Amino acid sequence: MVDKVLEKNVKQPAARPRKRKVRLEWLGVVPFLTFALLFLILPSFNLLIGSFQDETGNFTLANIGNLFQPFILNSYWLSIQVSAVTALGGVIFGFGLAYASIRGGLPSWVRGALMTFSGVASNFAGIPLAFAFIATLGRTGFITVLLKNMLGVNLYDTGFSLYTFWGLSLTYMYFQFPLMVLIIAPAIDGLKSQWREAAENLGATSFQYWRYVALPILGPALLGAGVLLFGNAFGAYATAFALTGGTLNLVPIQIGAQIRGDVLHNPNLGYALAMGMVVIMAVSIGISMLLQRRTARWIQ
Amino acid sequence: MKKQRFWPIMMILLGAIYFLLPLFATFEFSLRERRGEYSFDSYNYVLSDPQFRDSFVYSVALALATIVVSLILIVPTAFWVHLKLPQLRPVIEFITLLPFVIPPIVLVFGLIRIYSRPPIVLVSTPALLVAGYVVLSFPYMYRAVDTGLRAIDVRSLTEAAQSLGASWLTILFRVIFPNLRVSLLNGAFLTFAIVLGEFTMATMLNWPTFGPYLALIGQNRAYEPAALAIISFGLTWICIGLIQLLSRGSQEQGQLAGTR
Repeated sequence: MVDKVLEKNVKQPAARPRKRKVRLEWLGVVPFLTFALLFLILPSFNLLIGSFQDETGNFTLANIGNLFQPFILNSYWLSIQVSAVTALGGVIFGFGLAYASIRGGLPSWVRGALMTFSGVASNFAGIPLAFAFIATLGRTGFITVLLKNMLGVNLYDTGFSLYTFWGLSLTYMYFQFPLMVLIIAPAIDGLKSQWREAAENLGATSFQYWRYVALPILGPALLGAGVLLFGNAFGAYATAFALTGGTLNLVPIQIGAQIRGDVLHNPNLGYALAMGMVVIMAVSIGISMLLQRRTARWIQ
Repeated sequence: MKKQRFWPIMMILLGAIYFLLPLFATFEFSLRERRGEYSFDSYNYVLSDPQFRDSFVYSVALALATIVVSLILIVPTAFWVHLKLPQLRPVIEFITLLPFVIPPIVLVFGLIRIYSRPPIVLVSTPALLVAGYVVLSFPYMYRAVDTGLRAIDVRSLTEAAQSLGASWLTILFRVIFPNLRVSLLNGAFLTFAIVLGEFTMATMLNWPTFGPYLALIGQNRAYEPAALAIISFGLTWICIGLIQLLSRGSQEQGQLAGTR
């Protein structure tokens, strides 16, 4: 008993100055945290709270329930479809390109050129990208005119239009697969050539090597990259707006219209719409990070 | 060996076509202003348009302001966390990745909702737009700085400077900043490229930057948008090219993009 009291008395003075020092060190991150709180966390939190309030500020779940009306469900569904299609296309084409340039036995400048171009193209999103595709595949675009003059085919008679689902997806692909190239290149570098040699020595066919060795190792990386691409397309506003002028019923377009002039006639429903988007983004980015951590185990 | 190379070459060719065809088409399209012959009229129109100059200069100013604020916020924080508060690193990392989860269209929605009424009204100043851009720059800037800090021996440098009597400000500006030069320039160029063409936040907050100008031209002119697309592509190319030039030799890919 006496020992314990003594112990306490001895411990306390030693512990106090240490604690105070730690607190002072925390001051160093206060500016950053304050900024993040003011311009990132509070605005998001504010929307979150707003989506659980009615117009007089009382708690309600009605906004969340209202998200399930056909009009809004359709916009989520369309956004999910565009994002999924361009993510899948981006993963397949981007991986193929990256693999061809790294493991295809091509001269090394091919890889350098591909990486530079991917860096540029993955940043070439937004309005200029929409302009470029209008000039290429719009009604009087280069390819449209070329097909008409040379083959007598009117692209827009065949049901294709740049301003619909497939046109938008094709445009998104221009920043999706370069992003895939950049993300997946380190993972392809990590695929040891000894693994392929070992598989071949054991009599494996090319198909067997991919099925039982390469794809299981690259699987998490591919899936993680795919989910990241999904989120990348899901949040895009500028490209879609410039291309379709807001006629395509995507979630970001709906949120934009709501900010410009309360088209839903219910501000709080707008907040819920935005929060639904954040939830989908958060789930996709979360999965992607988890999977990337799993890849890191094999590929260093 | 030859047979093995067939598919890779086809793949790269296909990729090159997909990359280059829209660029070529856009360029061709931008020359069509005059009937029957190619000309640079659309470029002339754009470059002599005072609105082009004004909006471009405005965006450049916003980009520079964003870079300065972002550097001032991120570098000391990353340095301090590196040196004194390593246990806080996951938290800072998480916050700097949040802009990937909260797309610009949602972030600007929240900013407008908070800062358009008392106690703090900011929607009437471009400071709010800069603040939004600084948030957008977090992931790139933090990644660049963090990579740079990992590559140098922060502790030894700091202790050496301290033992020579340097203050924290001296350490930051005369020891840490110069040692991080390449990483800082990486982050700065990427931020520049992103802010220059940014449309979503600028249009929602109603500022006459380059992005909304592009949209306006897109609605009113036929061939000028193509010219602007070529100009924008050139600018992006310059920024990314400078980054790659700077980080030559290092394996780090510093230029991952986010949503726009």
